[in-house]
Amino acid sequence: MSEWRNAPGYVSESDAFGELTVTVEPGLVHDAAQYARDEMGFNLLSDIVATDYLNWGTVGVSGYIGTGSGRDINFPMTQGLQSLPQLKPKRFSVSYHLLALRQPPARVRLQTWVDDGEAVPSVIRVWPGADFYEREQFDMMGIRFDGHPYLKRLLMEDDWDGHPLRKDYPIGGEPVRFSEAE
Amino acid sequence: MTAIAPRTHAWPVVGPSIYEGSRIPQPIPTVLQVPEELRESDDIMQINFGPNHPSTHGVLRLIIDLNGEQVEGLEAVIGYLHTGFEKSMEQKTWWKGVTFSPRIDYVGYQSNELVYVLAVEKLLGMDVPEKAVWMRMLLSELNRIHSHLVFLGTSALELGAISMFWYCFRERDMILDLSEMVTGQRMHTRYFQIGGLAEDIPEGFYDECRKFVEWMPQALSDYLDLLDRNEIWLERTKGVGLLSADDAIALSQSGPNLRASGVDWDLRRDMPYLAYDQVDFQVPVYAEGDVYARYRVRVDEMRESTRIVDQCLRRLERMRGRPWISDDRKVVLPPREELHTSMESLIHHFKLVTEGFRVPEGEIYLCIESPRGEQGCYIVSQGGSKPWRIHFRAPSFAALEATPTCARGSLVADLIAIVGSLDAVMGDVDR
Repeated sequence: MSEWRNAPGYVSESDAFGELTVTVEPGLVHDAAQYARDEMGFNLLSDIVATDYLNWGTVGVSGYIGTGSGRDINFPMTQGLQSLPQLKPKRFSVSYHLLALRQPPARVRLQTWVDDGEAVPSVIRVWPGADFYEREQFDMMGIRFDGHPYLKRLLMEDDWDGHPLRKDYPIGGEPVRFSEAE
Repeated sequence: MTAIAPRTHAWPVVGPSIYEGSRIPQPIPTVLQVPEELRESDDIMQINFGPNHPSTHGVLRLIIDLNGEQVEGLEAVIGYLHTGFEKSMEQKTWWKGVTFSPRIDYVGYQSNELVYVLAVEKLLGMDVPEKAVWMRMLLSELNRIHSHLVFLGTSALELGAISMFWYCFRERDMILDLSEMVTGQRMHTRYFQIGGLAEDIPEGFYDECRKFVEWMPQALSDYLDLLDRNEIWLERTKGVGLLSADDAIALSQSGPNLRASGVDWDLRRDMPYLAYDQVDFQVPVYAEGDVYARYRVRVDEMRESTRIVDQCLRRLERMRGRPWISDDRKVVLPPREELHTSMESLIHHFKLVTEGFRVPEGEIYLCIESPRGEQGCYIVSQGGSKPWRIHFRAPSFAALEATPTCARGSLVADLIAIVGSLDAVMGDVDR
């Protein structure tokens, strides 16, 4: 049985909440995906999701944080900055949730980190189902997927400005017709 | 109670492949392009199928290229129902998010509610009372029947079997009545809370639900009597909209669409959540991969869901008087009556409602078997009282990707059967 360590572009792996996350280099996502499908048996791509970590960790999280083993009722709720979240290597993460249809089944999260404007190779040739997923993440987060044959907006209009799920995209920022603010 | 027989074969595909090779369009898997030799031809007519045609189940727009009645090209244009649920949920505290999630897939609302609640509970590392677990299962299965009834009624209606619609909606109304009885709402119930259930199960529910469980098998055989020997229905559905097992896996299909293509896969059995490992049910699998198989899988699933509801009901009847929500005062609202007598409860209530509770830092992907397939919820928490990022893996979104593959070489009339059989709910697609 192959191991994730031999995957192309392997950076690290971590286990949290019972889920395995394998981080790979952004440039080698396609090769890592090929490896995951052919060597590790992850034949079904469940989902692709990008997350914007802009200002992650600069905004302090105050107050009480629960844990699995129980909650300390005597601990005050708000007492300023209690913990800073773990810093992230780059602004965006792109996660591929993979599923191995076999017995016993397995799941893994293949993750890569990119900065604004940096492109990720498309995995459409590994899993054709990645088509809509990559288009959605391009539309919502502005992640470019190199090698996607038809990378255009999916949910928003073709001439839409900006990428709505980014953290610097304002709520209520779009002009509303027939309102005072037009 | 017998345990579910473990699957003996490692690779879950049953039966031989229904066609050679792959039918997924190249180079764009979700866009069927008119063949080179026909592109200049005057016979090709491009028309819009939707976005407001009743048979597109909402606002799906398909741009199709027709050669006579033959579909040569197809492209789906979506986003008409995009309401920015993911962005909106980032602005709200964790407990307010429960209201958003059922509105995404508005037919299988209970599953969306469940997946969000389970994901937050997993991040919190929270235990839920047994009664809540079984009630969640019961309502999810009722909702699965509800969703399949809407599927069956509307897709049969589109193919001309108008009476099916009325029969299906009769039983659907019984489910909505049950839902109203328990939750106060017919749809979008917000009955699942982080930590358990919003209210105890009302006493009359057990009897009413038992009546439904006894009624449903007869109704299901009525449906089969109406459709399964109906020559027109069989002609319209058998051998139409083929999708092989390999293509279905490549196109990230899940749920009934996958099982109708001969892939023996159900998250409830293969990666159990709630208490699905303690109930007895079968997973219907059909190898034909056509519209008929997709219809049969769903009808058979309704029968199995009725059995699960029955088993849940037996368990719940023995749990009368037990707690229905966790007693963790840092997450769960205190009981209403305590607010008049306990200062501590009042403070907790105030803090939970104004500021909300905090969820430990981390990212998780949790998925359940919704009526349409793998309903996933990806959550990133910063450790604060609002989610950093929420994303829903929508099974309808994946199902829509299979439309061009299924519609390859079909007639325009079959397209209606195909779109109906894939059962994409547009609210779920666009989110």
